[in-house]
Amino acid sequence: MKFWRTPLDLQDIHVSKGMVLILEDRCKGCGYCIAFCPRDVLHESTRFNAKGYHPPEVKNPDACVNCHYCEIICPDLAIFSVEIPPHPVNAGPSEDNGSTGS
Amino acid sequence: MKKAKASPSHPLDALVRTERIPHIWCPGCGIGTAFSACLMALHTSGLDLDKTVMVSGIGCSGRAAGYTRLDSYHTTHGRAIPFATGMKLAKPELQVIVFSGDGDLFAIGGNHIIHAARRNIDLTVLCVNNLNYGMTGGQVAATTPTLAKTTTTPRGNPEQPFNLPLLVYAAGATYVARWTILHTRDLTQSVQEALHHKGFAFIEVLAPCPTGYGRRNKERPLDTLKLYQERTLIKNGANPAEAFLDFERGVVLGKFVEEQRPTCIEMYDRTCRLPDSAAG
Repeated sequence: MKFWRTPLDLQDIHVSKGMVLILEDRCKGCGYCIAFCPRDVLHESTRFNAKGYHPPEVKNPDACVNCHYCEIICPDLAIFSVEIPPHPVNAGPSEDNGSTGS
Repeated sequence: MKKAKASPSHPLDALVRTERIPHIWCPGCGIGTAFSACLMALHTSGLDLDKTVMVSGIGCSGRAAGYTRLDSYHTTHGRAIPFATGMKLAKPELQVIVFSGDGDLFAIGGNHIIHAARRNIDLTVLCVNNLNYGMTGGQVAATTPTLAKTTTTPRGNPEQPFNLPLLVYAAGATYVARWTILHTRDLTQSVQEALHHKGFAFIEVLAPCPTGYGRRNKERPLDTLKLYQERTLIKNGANPAEAFLDFERGVVLGKFVEEQRPTCIEMYDRTCRLPDSAAG
């Protein structure tokens, strides 16, 4: 993430990370999730689902911050995101020793 | 990071009759979003869902009652409010939600909604306004904006549409709000407030109808959403008279009214039921 000034409490800020899950056969290809994703995580895939629509595809998984907007704008209950617990190995200087093993 | 294959459990699946999904609503139709916002509000409201009923009328949005895994009622055309009123009067402990469309609630059932608002019956009414009669092929409705083209007004609608928030407020509703499907978080929060509100709560949800309305007015679903993004103004507490639906001038969204007034059941008990001591 780009900051014009590094926040003083940057170490304490925890940016949540999410993983987008797509139930492809429910999708009707309206494109709302793609157009309104604030982090530009999705794009339209070239393959077809069972109904002949192009479901969205995750093109930029690392950008997802688990805001759930795709989930709540989707008219077809076809997409949702779940939070990925932070990995203590990647988080360098953070003191929290990962409580969740999974 | 890996993209997981289709996982079967959407967070709202517990509230949906999944065997009926995918639903019949067209690609880009806003009813699905309004429906999931309503379910999300129910899911997080902490209400006893065994004592919650969803009532729908006829029309595209009327299908919602059939898709919820709650006790639900798909009623005759325009009569969602009378069925809901009866249910509430017979069993006041039920939480009754009416989820229906603009044609069903304001054209065919127009009389019922003004009287339910006048009596201040404790209902939550979600009106999905897609500006036309979508299911029957995009005919002009009581909510179609002036000069909009529909199947039955190919040269543009010569009439003026209803201002729904003003109408229900004038009739006596005690909670009035309007959102679009793009403002989903506000909508969900508003539904939650309406569920906990005592009295007649009305929420209008603007939703695109790409097949019936958008196609004839050169609006793709994403164009409609862009319109919702650019031509709307959130103004909580605004006078409902300002809330005229005209995208040229800008559409006012927000929670317009929230006030307290004795409900229908309270007034009835107070005036028509004698206290036990007096009776004995």
